[in-house]
Amino acid sequence: MGSTNSTLSKIPNVEELMQETGFTPAHIVRLYDRFEALDKEKTGHLRPQDFGAINRLAMNPIGDRIIGAFFSPGQETVDFHSFVRILAHFRPADKKRPKDPSMPEPVNSRTSKLKFAFQLYDQDKDGKISRAELLQVLRSMLEMQVTEEQLESIADRTIQEADLDKDDAISFEEFRKSLEKVNIDHKMSIRFLR
Amino acid sequence: NILNSCVIKDQERSVAMEDFWAIVLAGLKVWVCLIVALLMVPAMFGFSLGISETYMKILVKILEWATLRIKTVNKAERMIQSSSFNSEDDGSMEEELRGLRRSRPKPPVGGDFTLSDCFYFYRRGIEDIIEDEVTQRFSSEELVSWNLLTRTNIDFQYISLKLTMVWGLGVFIRYCILTPLRIMLASIGLTWLVIGTTAVGFLPNWRLKFWLSEWVHVMCYRICARGLSCTIHYHNKENRPRKGGICVANHTSPIDIVILCNDGCYAMVGQSHGGLMGVLQRAMARSCPHIWFERADMKDRHLVTKRLRDHVNDKTKLPILLFPEGTCINNTSVMMFKKGSFEIGGTIYPVAIKYDPQFGDAFWNSAKYNMVSYLLRMVTSWAIVCNVWYLPAMHQQEGEDAVQFANRVKSVIAHQGGLVDLSWDGGLKRAKVKDTYREEQQKKYSSMVVGSEEGRSGNSD
Repeated sequence: MGSTNSTLSKIPNVEELMQETGFTPAHIVRLYDRFEALDKEKTGHLRPQDFGAINRLAMNPIGDRIIGAFFSPGQETVDFHSFVRILAHFRPADKKRPKDPSMPEPVNSRTSKLKFAFQLYDQDKDGKISRAELLQVLRSMLEMQVTEEQLESIADRTIQEADLDKDDAISFEEFRKSLEKVNIDHKMSIRFLR
Repeated sequence: NILNSCVIKDQERSVAMEDFWAIVLAGLKVWVCLIVALLMVPAMFGFSLGISETYMKILVKILEWATLRIKTVNKAERMIQSSSFNSEDDGSMEEELRGLRRSRPKPPVGGDFTLSDCFYFYRRGIEDIIEDEVTQRFSSEELVSWNLLTRTNIDFQYISLKLTMVWGLGVFIRYCILTPLRIMLASIGLTWLVIGTTAVGFLPNWRLKFWLSEWVHVMCYRICARGLSCTIHYHNKENRPRKGGICVANHTSPIDIVILCNDGCYAMVGQSHGGLMGVLQRAMARSCPHIWFERADMKDRHLVTKRLRDHVNDKTKLPILLFPEGTCINNTSVMMFKKGSFEIGGTIYPVAIKYDPQFGDAFWNSAKYNMVSYLLRMVTSWAIVCNVWYLPAMHQQEGEDAVQFANRVKSVIAHQGGLVDLSWDGGLKRAKVKDTYREEQQKKYSSMVVGSEEGRSGNSD
């Protein structure tokens, strides 16, 4: 495992990465070790199968979607930088950060976390969660346990509640509004070091 | 005159050279005598001179000192990191989802689903990507303190000059003094094993032969154990496996065999290899019956079970040693026991082995290290300290099938060794999980979404 510094020097542009994501050197080292552990063939990239080898993830009803979030459209591999950037969404928000409108939104702010969650629903990336996309998620989460009618009625009701401009789809603003009372920072954050 | 002086000088030089070699030879003789007296003789006759004990005591003192130095520095750092996160640990699915839904009134119709339900699954998914319970067991345990081996500490930083010097000295001692000694001992041990067992093999089957073969085996394993600076504490020796039984233990590394065989003789089971291992195997098999399978035979489960059963039923043969996990686990937990070992019948003698990671990590991560580099790591660690508990014999009970019996034995071993009892299959090191697990998750979730409707009557949409 070696010293923090020697591992960090193996990663190109690591300063930039830490700046962008807000991870500390210890975090980066841990994530790098994890990346290497998942990258069994030592190619320097991860493929969907490498994620698939994680057993608890295979058990997760929407595990495939989460894996898909790591890969940009058309890409079949993800390198360490993209790996870390996606995981950065789940870093707890920095409470003490001053609200500076000129700075770009940090990747782990409430809005960014919501955007990430929105994209997990909106697979075709058209900015709206259509009825069909919602049904897809429901189907993955409930599969054999409910009938098709039940699925449809759940989808209908959800859209009815959230869809304010009545276009039969949920835009990002509507998504954000319907979740305004949820403590996103708490529910979409993970402790990265034990 | 000049010629004479040259000749005299040459003579002097050659005399000096001879003296030099004589000194070296004498030194070697002393060295060998020391080894024989201090290490081999005690090994042969099973008593100890107390050298290892003193070594361990000194080691412990030094390590405590080193840990103290690091703790003060690290404390400050950890405080800053941990305060920024709400320490609510992952609750069950029900608790979390209820928490997420608290902000909405419960809908009267159409099932209880919200957009935020997914957050629970996303979070679990990402957590598992970062670290999961199973894969974690296949990498070495992280130590809370540092044991002056940089290989075991992820956050190694420069703390102070003194500490680094001690570490440097430690490296020198380990690599330059201990390692050659250990390697020499190990090779002596193994060579003697081969010679001794072959010699005993020539004797006809008198009682003397059995006694001698046991003595040779144990002696050689003792030498090997000295070669690794093993300190082994055996507990409950009255429960030691007897002839005609099966000894079952948790598996952490190939050294487990050396550890167990230091205190008794077992029949080994395994695949017959070629090369050096093959020589060892054949030699051992000459003096007392071990069970070596050809690679092709191992696929045939019935054949394997039959041979093992025959061995067990013969009450004069040594107890079989088996590791039902099937692979090396990192000694923090016990994984699923394969039922094959428990279908043979006979008495099962469970044994729990727990290594003390402070002095050297004995876990063999076969994905990361091959056998040779693993052995090198072993001989360059401080020492191997472990506890072995012999547990009372167990039999398969009426109406209990092999799997239940295996689980019963497993929990006894886990409990005694202070290890976590997991039901995951050690084979997951290499294979994937089944779909049935995913369906269970879906069932659980659906009962929260739709389950509430089952109590209603005549409410159609």
